[in-house]
Amino acid sequence: MSRPKINDFVIKFANVNGSGSASANQLFAKSILRMGVPVGPRNIFPSNIQGLPTWYEVRVSEAGYLGARGGVDLMVAMNPQTWDKDLLGIEPGGYLFYDSTKALPPSKFRDDVNIVGVPLTELCNREYSDPRQRQLFRNMVYVGALCALLAIDIAEMEKLIREQFSSKDSLIAPNIQALHMGHSYASEHFDCPIGLQVRRSDQVGERIFLDGNSAAALGCVYGGATVAAWYPITPSSSLAEAFERYCRNYRRDRDTGKNRYAVIQAEDELASIGMVIGASWNGARAFTCTSGPGISLMQEFIGLAYFAEIPAVIFDVQRGGPSTGMPTRTQQSDLLACAYASHGDTKHVLLFPEDPHECFEFAASAFDYAERLQTPVFVLSDLDIGMNDRLCEPLVWDDSRAYDRGKVVSHDELEAGAEFGRYLDVDGDGIAYRTYPGTHPSRGSFFTRGTSKDRYARYSEAGPDYRDNMQRLLRKFDTARSSLPKPVIREAPKATKLGVICYGSTSAAMTEALDALEADGLHLDHMRIRAFPFCDEVIDFISDHERVFIVEQNRDAQLRFLLVNECALDPAKLISVLHYDGTPITARYIIQEISQDVAALNAKPKKKVAP
Amino acid sequence: MTYISKPKLRHPHLKTNKFGFTHRDYEGAVSTLCAGCGHDSISAAIIQACFELDLPPHRIAKLSGIGCSSKTPTYFLGNSHGFNSVHGRMPSVLTGANLANRDLIYLGISGDGDSASIGLGQFAHSLRRGVNMVYIVENNGVYGLTKGQFSATSDRGSKSKKGATNRDSAIDMVMLAMELGATYVARGFSGDKAQLVPLIKGAIVHRGAAFIDCISPCIAFNNHPGSTKGFDYVREHNEAVNRLDVMSPRETITVDYQAGEVEEVTQHDGSVLRLRKLSEEYDVHDRVAAMHHLQKSKAAGEIVTGVLHVDREPDDLHANLNTLTAPFNKLTEKELCPGSPALEKFNASHR
Repeated sequence: MSRPKINDFVIKFANVNGSGSASANQLFAKSILRMGVPVGPRNIFPSNIQGLPTWYEVRVSEAGYLGARGGVDLMVAMNPQTWDKDLLGIEPGGYLFYDSTKALPPSKFRDDVNIVGVPLTELCNREYSDPRQRQLFRNMVYVGALCALLAIDIAEMEKLIREQFSSKDSLIAPNIQALHMGHSYASEHFDCPIGLQVRRSDQVGERIFLDGNSAAALGCVYGGATVAAWYPITPSSSLAEAFERYCRNYRRDRDTGKNRYAVIQAEDELASIGMVIGASWNGARAFTCTSGPGISLMQEFIGLAYFAEIPAVIFDVQRGGPSTGMPTRTQQSDLLACAYASHGDTKHVLLFPEDPHECFEFAASAFDYAERLQTPVFVLSDLDIGMNDRLCEPLVWDDSRAYDRGKVVSHDELEAGAEFGRYLDVDGDGIAYRTYPGTHPSRGSFFTRGTSKDRYARYSEAGPDYRDNMQRLLRKFDTARSSLPKPVIREAPKATKLGVICYGSTSAAMTEALDALEADGLHLDHMRIRAFPFCDEVIDFISDHERVFIVEQNRDAQLRFLLVNECALDPAKLISVLHYDGTPITARYIIQEISQDVAALNAKPKKKVAP
Repeated sequence: MTYISKPKLRHPHLKTNKFGFTHRDYEGAVSTLCAGCGHDSISAAIIQACFELDLPPHRIAKLSGIGCSSKTPTYFLGNSHGFNSVHGRMPSVLTGANLANRDLIYLGISGDGDSASIGLGQFAHSLRRGVNMVYIVENNGVYGLTKGQFSATSDRGSKSKKGATNRDSAIDMVMLAMELGATYVARGFSGDKAQLVPLIKGAIVHRGAAFIDCISPCIAFNNHPGSTKGFDYVREHNEAVNRLDVMSPRETITVDYQAGEVEEVTQHDGSVLRLRKLSEEYDVHDRVAAMHHLQKSKAAGEIVTGVLHVDREPDDLHANLNTLTAPFNKLTEKELCPGSPALEKFNASHR
């Protein structure tokens, strides 16, 4: 037998949706974290509540690679519906873990895969009489068996069970009992540990384990959002729900019991964005969260917010489109829909968080950008980071940080005689001053409208007034360019003419791919873009390289389109690496695509020979 | 067309209200609607209602959608912030604005195209949420700005100016509002200002979702024989069930009525709605009976006007959401941000 793989393998659980496997699987992933070994878990689930297949994949990586890897080293095959496909997914020399209660013919197995059969159903039937208990505890029994097989410290698992059920004491003992039942069986019947092992390490450190939607929701709490309006849509619903949950905890007045927040589940996405615009117009920080189809529905209102210059924060947790597309799969395919949302000449600020840590940070700062720039700001995350727990740097907040409420004229300033023109560019940055409704009895009121107007907000269809306003909006967009998060650049250890660009959730797979390519002697400088409109650093990076790969999770190379369109770059040097089958991009895929291109480039062109 | 402001000149002896404002302080820009438009009469009624209630003009926010009616907020309350939003979506913008600052008075102006067609959903949901607002539909049964198409409130069988007959049945906004839980429902007629001004005042002092369906003839496209929204037709078929007087909390009641003739409903700010009954059987508090009466009258071709329903104990969205009494837009980092120690704890619970 080959050497054991230690702290570097992929285990995948194939389950049936609704069978209660999710919490057991999550405990399994956390137990490895508690041993100081990084894990990257992913839920792969159908658009369904009960009955269809669902998978939970755990990447165990001491090196800290949290992106999807591709391939499976240990398959926990708990779903007969997907058995054949699950079996095929196992890497040669890998392991198949299954419920051996009922004997299966040899044709159901593979010769190049190690088989670990545990009679889970039999064990549970012997122990429990209630059918639901038999099903639920079966999950804990296999987790116990895995602890033995992979050398996971069972004490860590017991501790996690105690934490998990701290409010339901009565569940602790039976879960621990089930855990031990599986552990004992595996210890007695197999040579433990097997060729995949978890060994205690110190690679987790201070990092936290959190999903991007929760992180973004908490960012909204810290960023001072008081109004949330939303309409349920996967994969964004958990963001609104988390916001409400955190608000109940952090935003309820201790003395009066009154809420310092309002969450409205609206009748549709149009009403959601309408409420956000109304609230922001009136001086509250407000947001909505949605996914691609919701963005399509909001288009008209987004144009109004752009043209009437009203702040709005919009989270788009992207999924596979177009239309209902693949609602439970991940993509980065809404860039263009958001960047140029609405009719007429519009363009918008986009932020691309890479993980929950940035989801939190960008959520909080999105309100600053929206109010400073008086315009809609989109935070573009995706299902991969939005709905999966991801190991990331702890969330940070500087208590001296003040909200940037932007240019707002107060009652006293109006009283002192400040000149007020709602669309007057006083400071030359394209951003005019606004007032909140009800500020002053006789000064500072204005009419907000989607129709064209002059600098004093008076209705005007005069061509020069319209042009003047549209030009100022461009100046404002230029101001945005330099104030948004800068790209993160990683230079290769050796000088190189090759560059690679990625954004958002691709970064985990990208880091891994760069390390591997580097180890192989292929050096690339890397830039992770974090915002649109693009700042000078983005253009400089591309100008400094002869060939630049742009890695995206969509079909149409949407970021590349934005770069070519907005920065007047030579498209010939921008090479797309596109992954869009709904699964998260892997390092393997990036490595393969880039290596192939570079190999073709290095191959000497064949001499033409006359026939 | 561009904006025309009104000259500031005024008569030196104009009557002032409690705050020293004259009627003129509640006006807006010069109307650009057709001369004689019913909507201008509604604007005038709003101006008078706000003047008589001594409201500081800047404490009112006026919001609208798109259409002739939605243009009118430019023509009244020039010292108020206004928001001309997108077609049929005023209710959501108003809802958001109301959440941000519960201290202002929210006046939503819409039309029958804006609220009964493209915006029917938002109309419905803002009422069922109990947003504290005055929602006025200036109802002329026709698309004016696009030149005379039928709207969803046009009666079946009514004729367009070009002679076409409307085949679809009409949406009755009052019936919908009653059904959806509006806590103050009235119908007025732009041709009867004496009736309309108190209806608007009553809606303003009511805390909850107040809806007024105001029949407002379109003199350009819907004021001809065969129309059921023209001046003559509405006058002939108008059945007022009551007359309303709105008394401010401090006002002494000077007029005496016979016992049983007048009903008083006290609003949360102490204002009193005094309802003089014109119809024996009509009970504004009995939602079900009122709806029955409205259906019967409608079948008989009558247009019922007046206060049609008042809930004695209205709820509003802020009460339902249990929100702070201070406006959200006054809150700062201090009240909103949980700070770094709470975040440390949060981090610790996610390891």
